[in-house]
Amino acid sequence: MTHTSIRPHTLRIEPTRGWVALRLGEVVAYRELLYFLVWRDLKVRYKQTILGVAWAVLQPLLTMLVFALFFGRLARVPSDGVPYPLFAYTALVPWTFFATGLTLASNSLVGSANLITKVYFPRLTIPLATVLAGLVDFALAFPVLFGLMWWNGVAPTAQVVWLPVFIALAFATALGVGLWLSALNVEFRDVRHVVPFLTQLWMFATPIAYPSSLLPEKWRTLYALNPMVGVVEGFRWALLGTATRPGPMIVVSGAAAVALLIGGAFFFRRMERTFADVV
Amino acid sequence: MSSDVGFPADPSLAPTLHDAPRVIRVSRLGKQYQLGARARYRTLREALVESAMGIARSVGRGRTRRAVERFWALDDVSFDVAQGDVVGIIGRNGSGKSTLLKILSRIVEPTRGTVDLEGRVGSLLEVGTGFHPDLTGRENVFLSGAILGMRRTEIDKKFDEIVEFAEVERFIDTQVKHYSSGMYMRLAFSVAAHLEPDILVVDEVLAVGDAAFQKKCLGKMGTVARHGRTVLFVSHNMGAVVSLCSRSLLLQSGHLVLDSDPITVAARYQATLTAAPTSTTDLAGAEHYGSGKARFVSLRFVPERRDGTTREMMCPGSRLRVETRIVCSAPVDSANVGITVYDASGYRLVDANTAMQGRFVSMKPGDEARVDFALDDVRLKPGTYLVGLWMGRSNVEDIDGILYAATLEVEPDPQQLQHSEQFPGSYLCAFKHSVVISTQAGDVASPGVRDEPGQRSAAGASR
Repeated sequence: MTHTSIRPHTLRIEPTRGWVALRLGEVVAYRELLYFLVWRDLKVRYKQTILGVAWAVLQPLLTMLVFALFFGRLARVPSDGVPYPLFAYTALVPWTFFATGLTLASNSLVGSANLITKVYFPRLTIPLATVLAGLVDFALAFPVLFGLMWWNGVAPTAQVVWLPVFIALAFATALGVGLWLSALNVEFRDVRHVVPFLTQLWMFATPIAYPSSLLPEKWRTLYALNPMVGVVEGFRWALLGTATRPGPMIVVSGAAAVALLIGGAFFFRRMERTFADVV
Repeated sequence: MSSDVGFPADPSLAPTLHDAPRVIRVSRLGKQYQLGARARYRTLREALVESAMGIARSVGRGRTRRAVERFWALDDVSFDVAQGDVVGIIGRNGSGKSTLLKILSRIVEPTRGTVDLEGRVGSLLEVGTGFHPDLTGRENVFLSGAILGMRRTEIDKKFDEIVEFAEVERFIDTQVKHYSSGMYMRLAFSVAAHLEPDILVVDEVLAVGDAAFQKKCLGKMGTVARHGRTVLFVSHNMGAVVSLCSRSLLLQSGHLVLDSDPITVAARYQATLTAAPTSTTDLAGAEHYGSGKARFVSLRFVPERRDGTTREMMCPGSRLRVETRIVCSAPVDSANVGITVYDASGYRLVDANTAMQGRFVSMKPGDEARVDFALDDVRLKPGTYLVGLWMGRSNVEDIDGILYAATLEVEPDPQQLQHSEQFPGSYLCAFKHSVVISTQAGDVASPGVRDEPGQRSAAGASR
């Protein structure tokens, strides 16, 4: 037994404790799996549905119609000088991406229990794939948004080059919250009941049906701790050129999103070691 | 692989390939689980209550914590595996085999100890990992392949081979939910069989499909083994372990009790089976349904030989005495009492009840009844079965019922181990057979042959 020894490039399996490294390199090494998981989610999502991908557009569109009727027409909520339907839809596009991504991601690990208990791969790929798949629906909602802008005679300003930043911010927020909730959901199935409630409350805490200019100036920075505030105001600013100066809000929102994402990733890795035992 | 080399007397030496480098080194490995105190998953409320109680205790006013029952699913297990070894891991249910494979596959983390692995590990703990019913066969090959760790280019290259091996060419663009279970299993296994890791970890995957496909799978495993790949293989199928493996490990209650050649280990395994006690199941904690006028309180299985003497394990063809105790709390009039045996997927296989033989049971509060059934010549195949209890009046009322009161393990008969390649199914009919081969020289009949020498030597040669 002594004449041969394990060569140095070995994988060592041993108990770990507490906070551990993220090992993002491994996620990159499994990028093909990530691709296939995204591809599966997309393939499966609209199978056996009559309207198929139209759902991706209908959800924000129908919500916008309801908002436009009740908040815009009846309650006469101000909309920063933009026609209310466009004002609401511009916010609902990133919001729908966020809310769907968050909901699907929080169930992603539990839904993949059969994989988690049977084969190894970096578990981070599961919620990551779910949120990435949501980007496709997100993209599908854009043509309608541009159509609505054209209809209302609103041309995008030069600020539109900042749009990818806000998309990235929405992605980071959805993934960050998704990581927290998916890991918690493995151990505490209460999460399943919390998520619909959470998204509903979160929606009202985000300036979707109303402009953040309704809030007194001094509160806005605090308000932007909700990263979706930065996303939504950023979208309106970049696409519609609304007068709200989102600068400080976006910095605060960006910092909050990054904190959520990094914290979520470390929390996920910490919980990960018991996933297969409890899922 | 080395049938010409005798097995060494010292079991700590790997029986084959002494000079090959070690690719797996398992050192003092242990895995602890908690029982009882914690459900499969917690609710937030429980966690909050628990932590609140923790705070209460720390200020000295709380009650002492409920005892958490812990047990070691795997305890202080150490062994090395050399490159090219084909190691069979055997043991009863709950002996830690699956836990060991899960740790080696990095699915669960050990509680203590270390494993060093050299090379790419592929694990097959289930047939059809990652298959999605709504996707087509083609799509599933790529998805499942990627999940099992194949590169896309690798799957592209092997795609035709995979489909051909599975014999599903015509249906490859059909959604797999429309496949027959046999086709599904064949395709799923075929993807797995074309995985080419340096170390392959396999759990009982062979117990699928029809007999012909099982043969094909065993053949494929043999090929994998002969190509110098390292294989760890968990199975209840002693025949497969003996014919495929160069070495075998026996696990018992989480401990590694024997590391030797497969024949020695298989023999010892059979010996451990005979030491299993006759079991009495207390039904107080079971999930009862029905009015509860009377309750089943215990259930006991007593396997017997044909001459009526008690034996320690249940084998095909044994008698089985099923003893139930019933306690009555409200008057019961003319009830039927019965037992049902289900297979592991819940199909009813055997029904026995008193009404079938014209007997009904009446009891008064405080009465205790013993209702026993003696099942004669039980020819269930080796495997795990579930036994349910019921008492009531058909179409009138359920007095007490327990859907799955206890599990019944049927073990392979040690006397027939050498010949018992296990085929799927539940029932083992008593049979005789004869073979008549017509040659130009005339008929050659060999009635009642139990074993074909040709098959034995083929099995021997495949090592």
